[in-house]
Amino acid sequence: MSNSETATRRFGIFSDSLVQLSSVRFKEFIREPEALFWTFAFPIILAIGLGIAFRNRPAEVVHIGVVGPSAEATRVANAARSDSGLAVEVLSADSARVALRTGRVALLVLPQADGQVQYQFDETRPDARNARLLANDAIQRGFGRGDPVRISETHVRERGSRYIDFVVPGLLGMNIMGSSIWGLGYTIVDARRKKLLKRLVATPMSRVEFLVSYLISRIALLVGEVVVLLGFAALFFGVPLRGSVVQLTLIILVSTFAFGGLGLLIASRARTIEGASGLMNVTMMPMWVLSGVFFSSENFPRAFQPLIQALPLTATNNALRASMLRGAGWSVVGPEIALLGAWTVATLWLALRFFRWR
Amino acid sequence: MNSRTLAVSVHGLRKRYEDVVAVDGLDLEIATGECFGLLGPNGAGKTTTIEICEGLTPPDAGDVLVLGRTWATDESALRERLGIQLQETQLAEKLTVYETLRLFRSFYARGRRVDDVIRLVQLDEKRDGRVGKLSGGQKQRLALACAIVGDPELLFLDEPTTGLDPQSRRQIWDLVEEFKATGRTILLTTHYMDEAERLCDRVAIVDHGRVIALGTPRELIASLGGDQVVEFVLNRVGADGHVSEDVLRRLEGVRAARHLGGDNGDVWELHVSELHRTVPALLAELARRNLNLAELRTHSATLEDVFVHLTGRQLRDE
Repeated sequence: MSNSETATRRFGIFSDSLVQLSSVRFKEFIREPEALFWTFAFPIILAIGLGIAFRNRPAEVVHIGVVGPSAEATRVANAARSDSGLAVEVLSADSARVALRTGRVALLVLPQADGQVQYQFDETRPDARNARLLANDAIQRGFGRGDPVRISETHVRERGSRYIDFVVPGLLGMNIMGSSIWGLGYTIVDARRKKLLKRLVATPMSRVEFLVSYLISRIALLVGEVVVLLGFAALFFGVPLRGSVVQLTLIILVSTFAFGGLGLLIASRARTIEGASGLMNVTMMPMWVLSGVFFSSENFPRAFQPLIQALPLTATNNALRASMLRGAGWSVVGPEIALLGAWTVATLWLALRFFRWR
Repeated sequence: MNSRTLAVSVHGLRKRYEDVVAVDGLDLEIATGECFGLLGPNGAGKTTTIEICEGLTPPDAGDVLVLGRTWATDESALRERLGIQLQETQLAEKLTVYETLRLFRSFYARGRRVDDVIRLVQLDEKRDGRVGKLSGGQKQRLALACAIVGDPELLFLDEPTTGLDPQSRRQIWDLVEEFKATGRTILLTTHYMDEAERLCDRVAIVDHGRVIALGTPRELIASLGGDQVVEFVLNRVGADGHVSEDVLRRLEGVRAARHLGGDNGDVWELHVSELHRTVPALLAELARRNLNLAELRTHSATLEDVFVHLTGRQLRDE
């Protein structure tokens, strides 16, 4: 066993072992076809589905029913038809009730014998309230009401305020969270289960380098994920990228660190995949709901807002939307980045403290 | 033994897991350049002992010196000088043989060339093949390669051939012997007596967390009183004479004689030092007493016989 050698290879500031650990992580990932699919194809499929479901449609026609037949009913129906946004049917009393109950019409108009008109609708339904306004306006005008104020309209449809614009940053944030937490948590627990961790700590390997290599390989993969998802969204949906590339990159990097730290913390003690995936779901599920992926987190009561705004996915989504959609400055994005930085430091510190190496 | 030439020294080692005492006051001294074996049945405390020596498990009590240092003060220096093979590590299946060894090599400041080690463990043809596609024996040779790629002074092997086919076992033995030939120290555990006899300079037989016998395989076998075992069965049908332990003990070369019972015939066992003198004497004696042999078997005494002699139990099939 004579011909030994001394390793002095270094790659810039990186030691040979850190380069080896990181490239091994990267290779293991790209040799897993399922993982590749879920990371790259899944967010695109989701974006296509949501883009189709929530595409902006021309103003919708509102269906209403007029109870008849009678001379009053015909006059009222004709008056209502003068608004092109209304589809008017004259219905018998029985079929009118059924139509309202099943939602085929949003509003029933009942002309009375004394010339009065009664409206029947469910006042909790927005489209019913809308129908009442439109129908009433058309009927009053048809019977001679004049408008005292002259008006004009300008129609605005701006990129950045559509649903697809809202949801793409949310999907990006969700993807960063999912791939960081799964990518780290799963592989670490798997290595612990297979006693590979124990074998590694039986060598002079640096434990810090081992954990850092996970973050490095995550970042390498992230470049692919982000470019694929954002490129697709910009190309096919025209989702804007108004903030600077530097700002966007920084948001993505620091959120990867925060979720990476969270993934390490989740994986720090679990011995089985089942135990770890339970913890991962418990961690991620509330954020899918609360952190404004598919709908704004402002919808939750004010009392919950401090908690919701402190979640790392909320911070990520807020920062991504502010940068991509509004081109907001550092004064808006900065605090979110600082919050993500705090998550990174806290989770990494705890993970290193509690990590079970064997 | 001078403590400066000791590769490993362990005194008063104790380790308890919840309600099981794994190691119960164990002492070991392993000289530099020696191949030392811990032999014992499953659950005897071999793995706990070797993992304490490897600095992977903290002992409850006892002193452990490895290469003259303690784990508490010199862990990082020690790790550079040790090669370790654990009992059940699954290496990453998606990596190739070369990538795996290249990774392990990168952890050591000083070590062997990766391709040299691959050639040494005869995995040249699998160099760029995935670890997941290797056979059991090939995986075990890769694990051994990972243990020696840092060019260690002291090699720990925990059951290196358990579960392997005979040919793969012999390949591992050849590799261990090559390593031994370079004058480095090996501590291995095994429950195969043939493995311990072939590889080890000295053996400690371990049972219930204690060393119950210590010495070279030859010494341990010699402690039985004879290095050959003769077993014979008498045919009772039509026999009118009889034989006794005393009569047999007086035969030339017989050190011990035991009547093993009559359930499956009249079975006797002799521990013998000079087989070529004892067998003719035995045959003559039986003929003189008008006794017929149904069976006659002889084998060289093994460590298995030593273990049975000491504990009354078999090594395997606990």
